[in-house]
Amino acid sequence: MTVVGWLQAAVVFALVCLLVKPVGAYMARVFEGERVFLSPVLAPVERGLYRLCRIDPAREMGWKPYAFSVVAFSLVSFLYLYVLLRVQAFLPLNPQGFGNLAPDLAWNTAVSFMTNTNWQFYSGESTMSYLSQMAGLGWHMFVSAGTGIAIAIALMRGLSRRSASTIGNFWVDLTRAVLYVLLPIAVVGSLLLLWQGVPQNFSGYTAVKTLEGAAQSIPQGPMASMEIIKELGTNGGGFVNANSASTWENPTGFSNLIELVCIFLIGGALTYTFGRYVKDQRQGWVLFAAMTTLFVAGFTAAYAAEAAGNPIVHALGVAGGNLEGKEARFGIAASALFATMTTDTSCGAVNAVHDSFTALGGLIPMFDMQLGEVVFGGVGSGFYGIIYYAILTVFIAGLMVGRTPEYLGKKIERREVQLAILAALVVPVFALVPAGIASVLPAGLATLNNAGPHGFSEILYAYSSMVNNNGSAFAGLSANAWWNVSGGVVMLFGRIAIMIPVIALAGALAAKRAVPATAGTFGTTSPIFVVLLIGVILIVGALTFFPADALGPIVEHLLNQQGKQF
Amino acid sequence: MVSRSRSLFDRSILFPAIRASFVKLDPRVQLRNPVMFIVEVGALVSIFYAFRDARNGQASFDIAISAWLWFTVLFANFAEAMAEGRGKAQAEYLRRTKTDTIARRLADGREERVPATQLRRGDRVVAEVNDLIATDGEIVEGAATVDESAITGESAPVIREAGGDRSSVTGGTRVLSDRIVYVVSANPGESFLDRMISLVEGARRQKTPNEIALSILLSGLTIIFVIAVATLAPFSIYAGATPSVVVLIALLVCLIPTTIGGLLSAIGIAGMDRVLQRNVLAMSGRAVEAAGDVDTLLLDKTGTITLGNRQATEIVLALGADDTIVYRSAYFASLADETPEGRSIVTLSLSKGAGDGSTVLPAGAVVVPFSAYTRMSGVDYADGSQLRKGAPDAIRAWISQNGGGRTDVLAADVDRIARAGGTPLLLADRGGILGCIGLRDILKPNTRVRFDRLRAMGIRTVMITGDNPLTASAIAREAGVDDFLAEATPETKMTLIKREQSEGRLVAMTGDGTNDAPALAQADVGVAMNSGTQAAKEAGNMIDLDSDPTKLIEIVEVGKQLLMTRGSLTTFSIANDVAKYFAILPAMFIAAYPAMDALNVMRLNPHSAILSAIIFNALIIVALIPLALRGVPYRPRGADAVLRENVLIYGLGGIIVPFIGIKAIDLILGGLLHLTGAN
Repeated sequence: MTVVGWLQAAVVFALVCLLVKPVGAYMARVFEGERVFLSPVLAPVERGLYRLCRIDPAREMGWKPYAFSVVAFSLVSFLYLYVLLRVQAFLPLNPQGFGNLAPDLAWNTAVSFMTNTNWQFYSGESTMSYLSQMAGLGWHMFVSAGTGIAIAIALMRGLSRRSASTIGNFWVDLTRAVLYVLLPIAVVGSLLLLWQGVPQNFSGYTAVKTLEGAAQSIPQGPMASMEIIKELGTNGGGFVNANSASTWENPTGFSNLIELVCIFLIGGALTYTFGRYVKDQRQGWVLFAAMTTLFVAGFTAAYAAEAAGNPIVHALGVAGGNLEGKEARFGIAASALFATMTTDTSCGAVNAVHDSFTALGGLIPMFDMQLGEVVFGGVGSGFYGIIYYAILTVFIAGLMVGRTPEYLGKKIERREVQLAILAALVVPVFALVPAGIASVLPAGLATLNNAGPHGFSEILYAYSSMVNNNGSAFAGLSANAWWNVSGGVVMLFGRIAIMIPVIALAGALAAKRAVPATAGTFGTTSPIFVVLLIGVILIVGALTFFPADALGPIVEHLLNQQGKQF
Repeated sequence: MVSRSRSLFDRSILFPAIRASFVKLDPRVQLRNPVMFIVEVGALVSIFYAFRDARNGQASFDIAISAWLWFTVLFANFAEAMAEGRGKAQAEYLRRTKTDTIARRLADGREERVPATQLRRGDRVVAEVNDLIATDGEIVEGAATVDESAITGESAPVIREAGGDRSSVTGGTRVLSDRIVYVVSANPGESFLDRMISLVEGARRQKTPNEIALSILLSGLTIIFVIAVATLAPFSIYAGATPSVVVLIALLVCLIPTTIGGLLSAIGIAGMDRVLQRNVLAMSGRAVEAAGDVDTLLLDKTGTITLGNRQATEIVLALGADDTIVYRSAYFASLADETPEGRSIVTLSLSKGAGDGSTVLPAGAVVVPFSAYTRMSGVDYADGSQLRKGAPDAIRAWISQNGGGRTDVLAADVDRIARAGGTPLLLADRGGILGCIGLRDILKPNTRVRFDRLRAMGIRTVMITGDNPLTASAIAREAGVDDFLAEATPETKMTLIKREQSEGRLVAMTGDGTNDAPALAQADVGVAMNSGTQAAKEAGNMIDLDSDPTKLIEIVEVGKQLLMTRGSLTTFSIANDVAKYFAILPAMFIAAYPAMDALNVMRLNPHSAILSAIIFNALIIVALIPLALRGVPYRPRGADAVLRENVLIYGLGGIIVPFIGIKAIDLILGGLLHLTGAN
């Protein structure tokens, strides 16, 4: 590990910290319909959209209509993308003349983008027309992120309102998330990326003859506009197969910095927005502190493992860290940082090949996802994920002070526990069960790149990534019908089966009275709460995966130490 | 109150409990508790595998695992049976006297003798000197002194009479004088005591809301671990290992929260037991749980904060008055006053020297009793002179009417006494004011300490009193309560409760009168005094057999302790999992991956590691039974301090203890294996 390496991480995180408050406060104003500096430009657009769609922005919804709207919107968006991918060959903006996608791949891809996962069983530059990229995938990158933010805001309303029957209007929340939050930042960010050299055009391949005389096709396309929302919306779906490791999507150290900051930006800022909603900033900072602790621990471990390198390579007389599968322009630190941040959040963009990390270095991204994507997490989904854990923490530890547990004055009772545990079940059920099937099913094993524990890691990583809507791949795993179909199902449940209970939770909490805090109340702003929250995330969340991890990266690491590799 | 704390493992409870532990193995009983049900299923499946493995020599391991799984279930059953046994013993003690009583039932004006068990609600029963009251009821005719020591342990007899707030009688108490007729208020098996007994008996016990929520959490965790363990089978097939079903069952049982799952119902029942030990009948487990959540305590001033009635503490002389005359006047003026206040003036004036002269009323003198209309009492002497004692404004008006003297004498003292929370009385004859008597409430000892403790627990205390606001505020200040409700009426009390509740607070109160009933019903925790009316008892959700209003504070503490015990053992149980992973996983996979030995941080013997973990898992339940039955030690403090301590003991302790325990068991097992020469 080097000082420069640590400095790179420090600069990125410092920028995130600086932006948390202004962006968080801005979002609080936006979602409560207050005036912000962009209102003069955007308010007329917003009003026009409502008129066009016949939405009454003043009419709020109970949790059931809210959840119904979310599901209906997701379903329609999914169908739209599925159809688009199946007929792209007949549509314009297809200079390379790509054909239609097969049904199983179209299913997988449409679910993947609808759920904010962006798992890609295809190479963008050799599969997707520019229309599919922009109007299909790009649309989902905005609205799936917007949906996540909307639900997070609905939950904040649920936590802050008293004896209320409504939690907001989904269409209004979604419109504002896209219009006021995602679009303006994306516009500025994509211009910065454009300046750094990310292409933005509708040209087909550029054919060049290399110095060696070989023919090469260089992909082109509207990349800068897609690139920024890929990180900002924690989508992660690359325009090209190499994702942010490619010189098109991520040409420089500065573009890398922009992308990293964007990955954490909204997830971090939402904790501040939360503080605004519940009128106690400490409540937000506590979540931020727990997230930060887990992030720093994860990065330290990943960086240390990658910097330490591979003992088998060392035995060959090559000293130094593990540079396999990393871009020389980023180096070990920035690659480990990207890997940690992209898996802490449900982003899943990559600037290095996680498959080529050392066993322990690869364990960290996998473990980060298995935490449930609550370390800043997906935009919106990270927030509501950590609230689930906060509720479980309050329920388990809160009893120890001798009162019915309360979170923010709301008593945590049967229904809240029911909903929280329902959501907690989703990740183990939809990651471990399909991984179990895939690890004995010939179709599951057919497309693995490696044998032994490393092959198992590829399976486990894939389902951990999909159920948590991360979308990063360990690589080394290729698509077939099994993976396309099962992956789609897992991504779908990983999203919807958590979202619906969370909206129900928002409704249940909103309906409750608030109990005023007393000296006898379990405080949720103390450092000890941070410790307990982390404890519950680790023991209840991640420890479930410990046996499986032990058979994958952990045993691989132990075998590497003995000089065996896979 | 009778102290009936019994030794934890009373033999009369122990043996039936051991028997009950086996009876409770019935899967239909276990189904109520999903966590332990899984363990029982695991134990059954292990037996099946023991038979199957009999040929390949693995059977001894299967049998050992299965045996310890059965023990795990038995230990959990034993904990529940112990709690039930203790509760029943406590209740039987209260019920003992009620059983074979013969009641004198009135039917069409005639009296017939019937066993108490045949009485029905609405029957009229007569009781005379030395008769036992057959069952709970309400007096409709007459008044009697009753010995309630069988219920309360208090030897002094109490008066019970028809009408008013002291009209209820309890089965098992004895009439000492006079004759009463009472109406039976409950059918056999439906009395308060019967309801309480059903709360501690397993079969009819309803889970409380918090218990249900916790059960849901535990069931959810169990499902998660079932998945984590079941999927290990295909994972290990991939790894080239042959998964043993018995080993997987062992891992599963170690991971699911058996410690809290096994003790949960015992904790709940034990909470009810502790309430019962304090001579309080709770109508539901929910009420006990709610007591832990109470934010506001409404405390009646009299009996809770102050010792009964007011006492005369000073007699101030008017300028120039002769002290003996004044004291004697005070004495004579109060002779006719039978109230405790009046008697305290007699006592005080005697101690000051009123008795130096004659204490006999002069011939022809007539005492004037206190009346609410005049608000005075006194003496009319034969010579026409008059002596009066009463409220200052009444005395002043009397002096003015009789044209005698200044009325502003001692006005400063009157003010001073009133401001200090006392009641000033003036003493006068027709010539003018002679002196001023100060009555004061005497605070119970340690009130301030008690209320400070409650405040540290985050509970607000509100004193309820019929006094005027001035007096009330002074006493409130002296006693250290947070707030007071002066000139309280049933209506203002009700309003206060509703206001507190609308702000999200839980309210507890005590009451005994019929007019308290609506407030008792409205309060989240309403403790009715056993001496109170039937209406009050029906309205409240607890009955204090000792009729001691301060009991409310103890009830709150029991409620808190109940929730704390649940939370602490849940935390402990979940924290235990860390060590168990490290015990079982390396042993499971060491054959497929010898490198896994690096995870064997406890350096356990791979042959005995799994069994060690299972044995620890079973024994920890037994080890924690005393804690479950007694509750975690409780000291009234703020939430932060309580949390820090419990997180250290049960959270951090929960992570560390199994590492030590499993290692110790493994060493012992290793020794045994060595001795028997196996492996």
